[in-house]
Amino acid sequence: MELKTHIISTIVQHKPGVLQRVSGLFTRRGFNIESITVGESETPGLARMTIIAKGDDKLLEQLTKQLNKLIDVIKVRDLEPTNIVQRELCLIKVHAPEERARSEIIQYANIFRGRIIDVSTETLTVEITGDTNKIDAFIELMTGFGIKELARTGPTAMSRGPKTI
Amino acid sequence: MNGGQAIVQALLDEGVETVFGYPGGAVLPLYDVLYDSELKHILVRHEQCAAHAADGYARASGKVGVCMATSGPGATNLVTGIATAYMDSSPIIAIAGQVATQLIGNDAFQEVDMLGITMPITKHSFRPNNPNDIPRIIKSSFKIARTGRPGPVVIDLPKDIQEAELDEYINRPFKLPGYKPTLKGHPLQIKRAVNAIINAKKPVILAGGGVIISGASKELRKLAKIIRAPVTTTLLGKGSFPEDHPYSLGMLGMHGRKVANLTVNECDCLIAIGCRFSDRTTGNIAEFAPNAKIIHIDIDPAEIGKNIEVDIPIVGDAKKVLQDILKILEKKDINSEKKEWIEKTIKFRNKCMPRMSFDKEIPLKPQQAIKEIMETIDDDTIVTTDVGQNQMWMAHFYTSKKPRKFISSGGLGTMGFGFPAAMGAKMALPEEDVVAVCGDGGFLMVSQDLATLREYDIPITICIMDNRRLGMVAQWQRLFYDERMSHTHLGEVPDFVKLAEAYNIDAEKVEKPGEVKEALKNAIKSGGPTIIDIVIDPMEILPMVPPGRGLTEIVGEYKVETKTIKKEKVEGE
Repeated sequence: MELKTHIISTIVQHKPGVLQRVSGLFTRRGFNIESITVGESETPGLARMTIIAKGDDKLLEQLTKQLNKLIDVIKVRDLEPTNIVQRELCLIKVHAPEERARSEIIQYANIFRGRIIDVSTETLTVEITGDTNKIDAFIELMTGFGIKELARTGPTAMSRGPKTI
Repeated sequence: MNGGQAIVQALLDEGVETVFGYPGGAVLPLYDVLYDSELKHILVRHEQCAAHAADGYARASGKVGVCMATSGPGATNLVTGIATAYMDSSPIIAIAGQVATQLIGNDAFQEVDMLGITMPITKHSFRPNNPNDIPRIIKSSFKIARTGRPGPVVIDLPKDIQEAELDEYINRPFKLPGYKPTLKGHPLQIKRAVNAIINAKKPVILAGGGVIISGASKELRKLAKIIRAPVTTTLLGKGSFPEDHPYSLGMLGMHGRKVANLTVNECDCLIAIGCRFSDRTTGNIAEFAPNAKIIHIDIDPAEIGKNIEVDIPIVGDAKKVLQDILKILEKKDINSEKKEWIEKTIKFRNKCMPRMSFDKEIPLKPQQAIKEIMETIDDDTIVTTDVGQNQMWMAHFYTSKKPRKFISSGGLGTMGFGFPAAMGAKMALPEEDVVAVCGDGGFLMVSQDLATLREYDIPITICIMDNRRLGMVAQWQRLFYDERMSHTHLGEVPDFVKLAEAYNIDAEKVEKPGEVKEALKNAIKSGGPTIIDIVIDPMEILPMVPPGRGLTEIVGEYKVETKTIKKEKVEGE
C-alpha cells in the first residue's frame, strides 16, 4: 500500500503522563512518529498535539483507533493535507565570523522572512517559521556557512477555514 | 479520614467484599486500615497470584476483581497478572503502593515507575497527588474497568497520600470526556448485516469472549437457531454457546477442532461476535475463511479491521447488537437452503468427533482423564485451566455448557494462571464447585500458594495433568524441531502428594482409567482443598495447525470417536 505522510491533530487532557501514553502507544504498536508537538489549546486543561506519521491507510486507521481508546485523548482527526495551515519553528545557529558571510546570511534570512535573534562575534542565530519544505530549503542554504546548532519543533497544524476538529 | 481509609471506604462503596494482596512498606498505611475493616483480605504468597485470583474472581462473577501490593518488587510481581487481564479484557483493579511523593524519581528504596511499566498493559492508570481525589479515582477506576471493553486499571498510591487527611470525602467519578464506549450498533450496518445473513447459504457464527462479557448467550442461541448456523468459538468464547448443542462445532483455530476449522474454511458468511481474530484463532490470515463475507461485531472499534479485513463492521455491545439484528431477522423468512447446510455440518461434525474414550490404556490418556472429570462435575462447576497442553485438551474435549464456567488465560498464555484463578473464582462464587486443571509445569510456578489455599480453607480441587513435561513446548519440538527435546523434560520431582502433605492438603495420585472419577468425586465431597496428581501419557499430542499455516493444514494424528452418535434433530423445525 502507498505510504503517505499523515498529520494527525488531537485534543488531549493537559496532564503529566499523557504524552508518554501517546508516544508509548506508537512504540508498542510499532508505528513510527516523524514528529510530535504539544502545547496548550484554546480550552484550559486541554492540550493540542500534532502528530506526523508515515504509513498506509490501514496503519493510519489502526493508529487513530488506538489513540481514541486512550482515556486522556478526547478527539483525534487526520487532517486533510490539502486544506490545512501548517507551521514549524526552527532556530539555526550559523558560523559567521566574517562580515561577508554575515551580510549574506542576513539577506537570506530576509528572503525567507526569518529573523536574526542572536548575534555573537562568531555566530548568527536565525529564527524561521514555515512549512517543512521551506525550512528544509533554508537549512540547505545555511549548510554552506556551517551550522553550529539547529533546533526544530516539528510541524503544528490545523484545518483551514472555520472548521475545527 | 486519611487516604488509606478513603480507599477502603471507596472500595466498600463499590460493593467490593474481597481483595487479594500482599503487604509491604509502601502500602502499610492502607494495610493498617484493613486491620479493622470489614473488607476481606486474602493474603497470597506471591503477588502474581493476587492478580490472577482477582482476575479469576472477575471472570467467574462478572464483577471487578481487586488486588493490592506494595511498591517496587511487589508491584512488578503484579505485572504478569495485569497483562493477562489486559489481553483477555478482564476487569481488575490493581492498587500498588508507591514511595512518598517527595521521594518519587530519586530511586528510593523499593521505588519503581509502576505507571510507566504498566502503561501498555492497562486500560488506564491513576496516581493521586491529592488525597481528596482518592474516592473519585476509585470510582472512575471501577467505571473504566467494567464498562465498554473491560480491562485492568492500575492505581499507583504514594505512601504519603495514603497517610494524608482528606478535607472531604466526595465520591463522584471524574468527568471523562475522552471515554464514551459505543454500545448501540449503527442501524445501517445492522441492516446490511441482516441482508448478508439472509443471502448467505453457508453461514457460520464465531463467538468470542465478548459474548460472555456482554451476557449475550441467549441472543447467540436465538440467532443460531433462526439462521441455522453452526457456532464455533474462540478459546475465551468457550461456554458462550452450549457445546453439547448439535450446532456447536467447538473451538476454532491452531489447536481447535477439525470440524470447526474446515467449516469456517467453507462458509460463505462468517458472523464474528466479540472476538479479536487472534493469530491462534485464524491461522494464516490470508487463508482465513476465504469464501466468506465477514461481519464483525465488537465493542472496541480498534479491533475491527486490525487483523482481518471485514466486510460489515458493527461497533457496539454484543447483546444490544444481537437484539437489534434479531428484531429484524424475526420478521423475515429465512431461506431453506440453510437447512441443508446445517444438516451437512452436523453430519460432518459427528463423523469427526475427537475420540475421548481410552478406558483401558495406561499410561492414562489425557482425553480419558477429561472425560472422567466431565462425568463427575455438573454444568455449574467452574473450571479453570493453566496454559499448555492441559489447556488445549480442555478446550478441545471439555464440553462447556454455560458462560463464565470455563476460565483460561488466552491472549497472554500465562503459565501459573489456573490455580490462583480458581481460588479467585471460588471466593467470588463460594456455592459453586471449582476445579483447576493444570499442567505440572504451570502448577509449580505458583505452588507456594497452596499455603493460601490451606490458610483460608478454600475448597477447590486441583487436577494436575502430570506428564513431567512442558507438554506443549515438547509437542512443538516433536512436530517442528526434529524431536530435539531441548529442556522440556521436568524430571521426576516433586512428589505432588508429598508436596501437598507439606501444606496439610489432601492429595491423591491416580494412574489408571476410572481413578480420576473416583478421586474427583471424593475431593468434591470432602469439602476441602484437594490435589489430584493425574499421571498421563507424556507422548500424547493434540493435532494442530502449524504456526503461519491455514486452518485446513492440520498435522498430527486425529483420533476419531467410532461409537455411533445418536442422530440429532435439527432445531427450528
